[in-house]
Amino acid sequence: MVKVFGNKATRFGFGESLVELGTKDDKIFVLGADTVSSVAINGFQDKFPDRFANVGIAESNLLGMAAGLAISGFIPFVSTYGVFASGRPWEQIRTTICYSKLNVKIGGSHSGLMVGPDGATHQALEEIAIMRCLPNMTVLVPCDAVETKKATIAAAYHKGPVYIRYGRENVPTITEESTPFEIGKAQVMKEGKDVCIMACGSMVYESLVAADILEKEGINAKVLNIHTIKPIDEKAIIEAAKECGAIVTAEEHQKFGGFGSAVAEVVVRNSPVPMEFVAVNDTFGESGKPSDLIAKYGLKDINIVAAVKNVLKRK
Amino acid sequence: MEIADLKIISASVRKDILTMLELAGSGHPGGSLSAVELMVDLYFNHMKINAKNFNDPKRDYFILSKGHVCPVLYSVLAQMECISKEELCTLRKIGSRLQGHPAKDKNIPGIEISTGSLGYGLSIGVGVAKGMKTLKQDNRVYVLMGDGEQQEGSIWEAAMAASHFKLDNLCAIVDCNGLQIDGPVDKVLNINPITDKYQSFGWNVISIDGHNLNEVDSAYTQANLQKDKPTVIIAKTVKGKGVSFMENNADWHGKTPTKEQLIQAFKEIDATL
Repeated sequence: MVKVFGNKATRFGFGESLVELGTKDDKIFVLGADTVSSVAINGFQDKFPDRFANVGIAESNLLGMAAGLAISGFIPFVSTYGVFASGRPWEQIRTTICYSKLNVKIGGSHSGLMVGPDGATHQALEEIAIMRCLPNMTVLVPCDAVETKKATIAAAYHKGPVYIRYGRENVPTITEESTPFEIGKAQVMKEGKDVCIMACGSMVYESLVAADILEKEGINAKVLNIHTIKPIDEKAIIEAAKECGAIVTAEEHQKFGGFGSAVAEVVVRNSPVPMEFVAVNDTFGESGKPSDLIAKYGLKDINIVAAVKNVLKRK
Repeated sequence: MEIADLKIISASVRKDILTMLELAGSGHPGGSLSAVELMVDLYFNHMKINAKNFNDPKRDYFILSKGHVCPVLYSVLAQMECISKEELCTLRKIGSRLQGHPAKDKNIPGIEISTGSLGYGLSIGVGVAKGMKTLKQDNRVYVLMGDGEQQEGSIWEAAMAASHFKLDNLCAIVDCNGLQIDGPVDKVLNINPITDKYQSFGWNVISIDGHNLNEVDSAYTQANLQKDKPTVIIAKTVKGKGVSFMENNADWHGKTPTKEQLIQAFKEIDATL
């Protein structure tokens, strides 16, 4: 059985850590764009109104202002829905923030299909791809609320731009306060030798459940939580490839250019082994209940199990 | 500094711009020349700068939103002796700190941030100004934009925010030289009435002749006195100002002079002194 410590949305981990950061450090400045309470940064707004700005529905200005605040010595955090935090102001992030290596932290909330009934317009499924291709950018995809808290605090003191991807819906809490977190260092969630399932975000839990199912069928799967997509933990990936000889990646994101691609880039250069990708298959989402969408678009534990069986045929 | 001295510096800056561009073989003379007086008066008479420490926390901030006219900024910084005349000759060459558009990562004193993609500078300035207000510091923030650049939607997001946050420490300058790559701004996509637009967005608007140093100087002084509102200086200028064959000619937006044309231009500039 997968050990679960609770059920909480990752956005609250982000919001809580901002309050914690703001209490200790008066350099923390938070910017919102009319989605303040839904991305859970209202706690910071209430407590530190002087270091908070709501810029309205204007994401280009959101990122531009954050750049200016970084120049004036603050550590600015911006947060809104992932589509609008990463897509609309992509060029500001590229040319203004990354090129100048500015200390801007971008919180992309409402990621993935689990945004649910709002439908495809609001389901961010491309941010990993469009953020990780940017020089100087760090990309974090924590798996639960506890890890999101740690990722946010680590981001504050990690020099340069950081994108943190998290979500709206409750997800099982599978890490503990005491679990170590270091940017760039993958975490072994379960040891195994037949295949390695590498996952990020909400798919870490699904991968652990899948590993349980596989265990009952006699397949011993290792599970890695790769919360840092960039810089990716090459050492852990190469070791797992050598140890297990087959890899399945799992992400709540488009198949092309995302987490699976990042893993494949490491694997093909260092230790080529058969791979399968569990991800959204080059399509937009739609309205529906989060659990129904995850099932319909093939992001459940059983999809990971099927991918493992496929990859093992080629091992 | 006296206006007569600023005139001499302006002439020298114009010659440096043209020399750099002739050597580079590519770049943007028209919009660099139209902004000379706006830049020279700002740097020599208004901006708080510590030429020995460009990171002085008491400094005023300058953001070149129309980054393609960096030759004028590099030349002014050379006048302040933070870039050598020799280095000016490296513009746009491989390995140079003087990139075709200003680059923060090249560590040039006075370059606060990389710019060059139009429409971004005003938001950056709004962010710095908001930061200074939050810190309760009186540093001022200047943003130089082009008139064609006013077509970018992001400018108006920033314009709305600047007045909403009452950023009276922010002074934007629009270098209205009337031309963009494809021709006259009012033919490509009319931005007028630009003064009414900024007024309706809650700004203090000052309209001037951008080559008249007396008007430029008093505009910056007035901007400094304004309370509770950001100021925009709408400066009517001539693209290619100071060189007869470049003036008011969109072809010289992104074309560089030959050696012969450079000599001719120098003669014309010297004749104005």
